[in-house]
Amino acid sequence: MSLIRIRVRVNGEEHEREVEPRLLLSDFLRHDLGLTGTHVGCEHGVCGACTMLVDGDPIRSCLLFAVQADGRELATVEGLAEDGDLHPVQRAFQEAHGLQCGFCTPGILMTVVAFLREQPTPTPDQIRDVVSGHLCRCTGYQNILEAVRLAAEQAAS
Amino acid sequence: MSARWFGAPVPRNEDPRLLAGQALFVDDVQLPGLLHAAFVRSDLAHARIRSLDLSAVRAHPGVVGAYSAEDLGDLCIAGPVLVPPPPIERLEFHARTPLPLARDRVRHVGEAIAVIVAESRYIAEDAAEAVELELEPLEPAVELEGALAPDAPLVHEDLTSNLAAHVIQEKGDYHTAREGADRVIRRRFRYDRGVSGALENRGIVAWWDPHDGRLSVWDTTQAPIPVRNALAATFGLSESQVRVIAPFIGGGFGPKIMFYGEEIILPWISLRLGRPVKWIEDRYESFFATTQEREQIHDAELAVAADGTILGVYDDFLHDTGAYDPYGLTVPINSQCTLLGPYRVPNYYSEFKVVFTNKPIVTPVRGAGRQHGVFVMERLLDAAAQELGIDRVEIRRRNYLDPDEFPHDHEILYQDSAHLTYDSGNYAPALERAATLIDYEAFPAEQRKAREDGRYVGLGIVSYVEGTGIGPYEGARVTVEPSGTVCVATGVGTQGQGHFTVFAQVVADQLGVDPAHVRVVTGDTMEFHWGTGTFASRGAVVAGNACHAAAQAVREKIFTLASHLLEVSEDDLELADGRVAVKGAPDHGFDLADLAARANPLRGAVRPGTEPGLEATSYFGPDRGSTASGVHALILEVDPETALVKILRYVVVHDCGVVINPTIVEGQIHGGVALGIGNAFYEQLHFDESGQLSNASFMDYLLPTASEIPPIQTEHIETPSPLNPLGVKGVGEAGAIPVAAAFAQAVENALAPLGIEVLEIPLSPQRLFDLLERVGVESRELGGLGGPGRAGDPAKAAEDAP
Amino acid sequence: MKPPPFEYVAPSSLEEVLAQLEEGGFDARPLAGGQSLIPMLNFRLARPSILIDLNGVEELSFLRSSEDGSVRIGAMTRQRAVERSAEVARAAPLLAEALGHVAHPQIRNRGTLGGSIAHADPASELPAVMLVLQARFRVAGVSGERWIPAAEFFFGPFMAALDPGELLVEIEVPAREHGEGWAFEEVARRSGDYALVGVAAQVRVDADGVCQRASLGYVNAAPTASLAPTASEILVGEVPTSERIAEAARTAAGDDCDPPSDIHASHVYRRRLADVLTRRALDRAFARAAEVHEP
Repeated sequence: MSLIRIRVRVNGEEHEREVEPRLLLSDFLRHDLGLTGTHVGCEHGVCGACTMLVDGDPIRSCLLFAVQADGRELATVEGLAEDGDLHPVQRAFQEAHGLQCGFCTPGILMTVVAFLREQPTPTPDQIRDVVSGHLCRCTGYQNILEAVRLAAEQAAS
Repeated sequence: MSARWFGAPVPRNEDPRLLAGQALFVDDVQLPGLLHAAFVRSDLAHARIRSLDLSAVRAHPGVVGAYSAEDLGDLCIAGPVLVPPPPIERLEFHARTPLPLARDRVRHVGEAIAVIVAESRYIAEDAAEAVELELEPLEPAVELEGALAPDAPLVHEDLTSNLAAHVIQEKGDYHTAREGADRVIRRRFRYDRGVSGALENRGIVAWWDPHDGRLSVWDTTQAPIPVRNALAATFGLSESQVRVIAPFIGGGFGPKIMFYGEEIILPWISLRLGRPVKWIEDRYESFFATTQEREQIHDAELAVAADGTILGVYDDFLHDTGAYDPYGLTVPINSQCTLLGPYRVPNYYSEFKVVFTNKPIVTPVRGAGRQHGVFVMERLLDAAAQELGIDRVEIRRRNYLDPDEFPHDHEILYQDSAHLTYDSGNYAPALERAATLIDYEAFPAEQRKAREDGRYVGLGIVSYVEGTGIGPYEGARVTVEPSGTVCVATGVGTQGQGHFTVFAQVVADQLGVDPAHVRVVTGDTMEFHWGTGTFASRGAVVAGNACHAAAQAVREKIFTLASHLLEVSEDDLELADGRVAVKGAPDHGFDLADLAARANPLRGAVRPGTEPGLEATSYFGPDRGSTASGVHALILEVDPETALVKILRYVVVHDCGVVINPTIVEGQIHGGVALGIGNAFYEQLHFDESGQLSNASFMDYLLPTASEIPPIQTEHIETPSPLNPLGVKGVGEAGAIPVAAAFAQAVENALAPLGIEVLEIPLSPQRLFDLLERVGVESRELGGLGGPGRAGDPAKAAEDAP
Repeated sequence: MKPPPFEYVAPSSLEEVLAQLEEGGFDARPLAGGQSLIPMLNFRLARPSILIDLNGVEELSFLRSSEDGSVRIGAMTRQRAVERSAEVARAAPLLAEALGHVAHPQIRNRGTLGGSIAHADPASELPAVMLVLQARFRVAGVSGERWIPAAEFFFGPFMAALDPGELLVEIEVPAREHGEGWAFEEVARRSGDYALVGVAAQVRVDADGVCQRASLGYVNAAPTASLAPTASEILVGEVPTSERIAEAARTAAGDDCDPPSDIHASHVYRRRLADVLTRRALDRAFARAAEVHEP
């Protein structure tokens, strides 16, 4: 099987690698680039743990091949904090106790960061709807919803 | 010493790393030369292995090795029974535990037969397709009741039936009590299977480093120390040569306490090949290879007096253990013991049979059998209340144990082999509070009004107890380092419960430091190697008290040393804000960092009778578990046209003794309730008659999402446990336990005009539809049900209201 | 759960795609959004030897209104873009409403309109909506192209009227006529799940309140996306009273639908859902249609 050379920008940094076409983007990030903050929970697009941003939009990285990311701008959880300071959405998650084991959290953060960029003053229903694209077994979601609300509120003030 | 941090909603120490994507999970471990393993698993529920040929697999490019039971040799022996049954009289138990790789026979779909090691997981999976495996299908025993039929196929051919265990526990004399009863309620209840659904699947990285003579194993286990001990024994290594690390774990919920064949095989491969090897269970595998829970059938009876007083309970149930029973009888004994609930039950007869079936193995999953007991008891009480015309809250109140009845010995044995004895409790206030929060008194009017609008809302309110915090023991080592950092090491692993924070809080108060400056290490046997694990809602109780004891010991050392150096009496010293100093003279003292350095001098002598350093190790082991309790109440709406149910709001008033961190406790409750809601209405494993699982994916196995979980309101009531110095009780499983009982009651209440009974969990939309169909004809004639604007008779509805 | 090996090509023009499809024959599979195909690859339930990635074919990604008001949508247009399009909101609000039920935004960001239609999953929302909207599909092959009406496109579970070597390239959705009301209703176990049953309805009434058109499309109520012609007949030419709507709904569920049984729902239960959801969808659709005539 032939390898294909790809170039991606991840969190602002250029990477060039040769990959098999079947390599899932999630595995590429985790194994080839060592960006293990993006987690893998189901590999069939349901759980949302592997969600990251492709050209700013949240997508499941288990449902994309790395070759398809060639030339794209990718963002993962590792790129949220700046100079060691957590992103406001990350801070809101800590403040609201919006995570427990933390396995699903990176995917949720990526969805929420993109969501709040687009919808800075969301309604509770909109928050519930966007979070429902992720599975979390620990929190019962209540504090995740609260964290999103809090992040929006803090950004507004 | 004042409790500054204990009880406070301290933000979690572990969060920044988790939020930044910097926390290490097992699958994040990368090592030079890392190999990847994939397992070949049975696709039949019951079969004889006729032949297995791995030569084509071994020839596959990129494959480094492929192994069967034969290759494992002497290691391919049945594992131990992890929890031997308690010493109950006349107990019958047939231990049958799985081999790491099946040799002659497979007994459930997904049982491992061979393992392939390759340069990547992709290649290992490609090579798995080249396995030449001939399975001769055998008739499977799938259905729980059917598996006990005389002509049922045998799961274990050396036994005469599929009976795995038979246990009777009795208190008083139920049959006499029954004769004196005004009413006997008898029902059959079913509870079906689900998965734990941790978002992180299981995984192992094993690395035998021959230069170092050390085996390092990163493992998603809830019990790293027992795993280390087992691996050392298995491979003939010193325990100090084996390091097991349970790093951040992406949810445990019970099945990660099991000791699995993969945990032997991966280290064995690394020892054999001299290279590190990783296996990460994929989601599909997890539906077969990780243990499951909850299938039981109960035939139960409640004998009551006319005023609702419980005279006795009879329960005869079947418990499905799947193909093997490596975890002993923990789950059914929990069912048996938890059934008694917060109630005064003078006479109890409980008998159960554990049954082997050709399905994946059953071991504890969050709640661990307690759900069933609560479901049976609460449903029987609901039926009794209905038949006797007693309010459902009142019948519970009348039967509660009073606060002066503790400790209360139920005269039967619990899972920890101790008498089932409740340490403390105060049940009525939780009930009153939950009733207030859910607006119990106002609800009938609300319900009536809703019915006039064609909406069917119902309320459920139930009680439960949970045996938590059992022994044997845990330990902790607390160290003040010369940097001033306080380190805490304990053996229990962490799966999201906030151990890095609550243990820090416990220690911070003793040492007068900020919990944010307390570094907690869990689940690494190099750091601490005495202990058992995280199970039975015991982390905060057992390890928490060990941390407390160790911190107290360090505190004493601080005072002793400071007193010596400052030449003042210990009574004249105070410890706060990281500094020990003379009372009223804060300048006259030492920062803890300074003191720690002085406690470890490079020259001079450590005084006789003292130890160097500000460090201590302590252990805590309770005599028996502490009993937490609570009340759940909810309001839901049933759409009788579509058989969909929406929970509108949920209230939990719970008592887990003294609360260390209310935010974390609330989080535990929320997650438990969500799991309970999943179990009650969404989650079910569908096995067909051949033992195949029809829904082994997250597409078809329905973990609830944010849209299915209602707002949950929680309140704490604190009845300290007298069994430990901190007065705490466990809370990890509490949220999940009574949900199905509350849900069932509320659905019945919503549809009260129809008189349906919910006796089976999960209640899927399909099952609710079937129940509605069964009563449908009469109800339509009664005008009891219909679409919007065709509400039932309000007067009738009023009668049925709580 | 890793995909099996395959050859991968990523052409940048439709012409190249069609040539590759022709050459690859049955072993070639076009890869659109991949939100159904890649899970099947990960489970190793699909094993194409060549994947032809359409994501680099810019000419397949567009959304524009025609002079006649219809909306023309390139097959590779992301579902999320369609859902948010002002043109679609104007011409085919039923499509926008139904897209809100398709999985989750994270999936719709990647999933394409054409991919979902060509996949012809009877449990998917879009085929039923296409039937109701009377959409047309432009399909192309090396030897030319043709238009297929939606009503002739879905003929079995996961079976679309595409010949080997043909690719769905464009969807044309006619504009809603003045006075048309619409509604999409579905029952799913969880938010974002495939529907147990779903109903798309589009209706028109005249100034006297008489129904001129009533089209009902079904999700997961037959082996393929389906219409309810018998039920429609009950409504057309009549004033849609609640009794008439109930009769149409009963007929749709009883006569027009042929729902499957699976672990989530029996066919009996699905029939009931088809009945209830048809009534609810018609109630809402007629209410919207009536608004046009309100003074």
